[in-house]
Amino acid sequence: MTLLGENHITEEGQFVINMGPQHPATHGVLHLKIWLDGETIKKIEPHLGYIHRSIEKMCESLTYRQYIYTTSRMDYLSAHMNNQACALAVEKGLQIEASPRAQAIRVILAELTRLASHQLWWAATGLDLGGVTPFFYAFREREAINNILEETCGTRLTQNFVVPGGIMYDIHPNFQNHVKQVIKQIKDNFHEYDEILTGNVIFQNRLQGVGYISKEDAISYGCTGPTARASGVSCDIRKQFPYDGYDKIQFDEIIATGGDCWARYEVRMAEMLQSVHIIEQLIDNIPEGDFQTKTKAVLKLPKGEFYQRVETARGELGVYLVSDGAATPYRCKFRSPGFSNLSAIPHMAKEAKIGDLMAIMATVDLVIPDIDR
Amino acid sequence: MFLKDYFGTIFKSVKSLLTGMKLTGYYFTHLKEIVTEEYPDNRATLKMADRFRGEVIMPHNDNNEHRCTGCQACELACPNGTIKIITKQETLPDGKKKKRIDTFVYRLDMCTFCNLCIVACPSDAIVMGHKFEHSVYDKKQLKKILNNPDSKLMEGVEE
Repeated sequence: MTLLGENHITEEGQFVINMGPQHPATHGVLHLKIWLDGETIKKIEPHLGYIHRSIEKMCESLTYRQYIYTTSRMDYLSAHMNNQACALAVEKGLQIEASPRAQAIRVILAELTRLASHQLWWAATGLDLGGVTPFFYAFREREAINNILEETCGTRLTQNFVVPGGIMYDIHPNFQNHVKQVIKQIKDNFHEYDEILTGNVIFQNRLQGVGYISKEDAISYGCTGPTARASGVSCDIRKQFPYDGYDKIQFDEIIATGGDCWARYEVRMAEMLQSVHIIEQLIDNIPEGDFQTKTKAVLKLPKGEFYQRVETARGELGVYLVSDGAATPYRCKFRSPGFSNLSAIPHMAKEAKIGDLMAIMATVDLVIPDIDR
Repeated sequence: MFLKDYFGTIFKSVKSLLTGMKLTGYYFTHLKEIVTEEYPDNRATLKMADRFRGEVIMPHNDNNEHRCTGCQACELACPNGTIKIITKQETLPDGKKKKRIDTFVYRLDMCTFCNLCIVACPSDAIVMGHKFEHSVYDKKQLKKILNNPDSKLMEGVEE
């Protein structure tokens, strides 16, 4: 009998090591128990719960206005999309819709958040695979995006800018100018990303052919987001179940067929440019009107169940609300993208080398607070 | 053929490395394009965004008057129980008895800066301040009383 976090050798001669919960390459407190034969991974068992804060249970004691802020702390890199999902679920229950102006601003902010999230992912991927310099190039643009979010929302990371029926405040007077500046900056500097990391042969060799997952497996493991789209699954919620006016916007769903780490890398890089394309369409055409639909002081959802999904930077986030007619949810469940994507990692990393596990985890883009909630 | 592939790969690798090094070299020689802010040396010129959420404050005017009527809307809106308002009965000069705030307790250690109290306030009595350097040696100092001693309600707010 061995303890949970103890390294030991099994009877078959496999070496069991524990990666995490404090390993710097795991992006947080994820504990992976790895069975190794030499350097080859035979089995991986993820252990969760180190950052469990019972957000779902907390939401049951918070009103429909208050519960939105907790979800910023789930997937903190796509906080705005989490808030958007919660607000949309409440709006579905109340049978109201945000005004076109609020919808456009929500979409712009969501795409800015997606850009910031993908840039952090790009930076961290380089860092995981041994390149420190890319980190600073990605953070140059991310800083500009965060300054815009700070100017309009008030905070850089955990925004809580979405309220049921619209957004909290109207946009800052400088918002449009600054967004145009950052779009130009990203478009001008995007070739630097390719020069420093994408074109690097060492980096390419570490990703190509590593961590393969087939289309069928990606579907059966419930992968969503860029992880599944890299295996050829068409699963962009923005296209398939449009919300907040995504159906009126022209953009491509990026699908690759490689299924390996390199395909996941390419999908995310192409998605950044699509986000830029979406913002370009909207930034000059924000409709006039109210930024908030009038709602009652105390929101009460009718009896029933409401489900709303959005596409966050990592995949499909589902918010499932059960209401018994009171001012607080009876039950609140989040279907987080990270959890399903994590469940595919043991499959992807089977028979891979332990050094490749870093590449696999980096390209799946795990955010541990999202997995544990 | 084998040798050609071998040296070709080496050439490609070195070329891709040099491409990256060239970019690094560009920024190494163009110091003006570096965007790092040197906090805390730039404290004097550091300006936060207008809507920056640093802490909840209650502005007072020159006559030591605030706008808080003690309606407790912010207390109800707060998800964490950060705000606690203790009220008292006060006799106005015309003899009427009115509810006034005694202490407005704000616990910075529990605040998540979600801005819901500011949105809920009907009389704009509280706003978000721009101060962000909140570290103290004793956590008791994070429990703040926002209304000044002997402060009064501004006239014309309660109508």
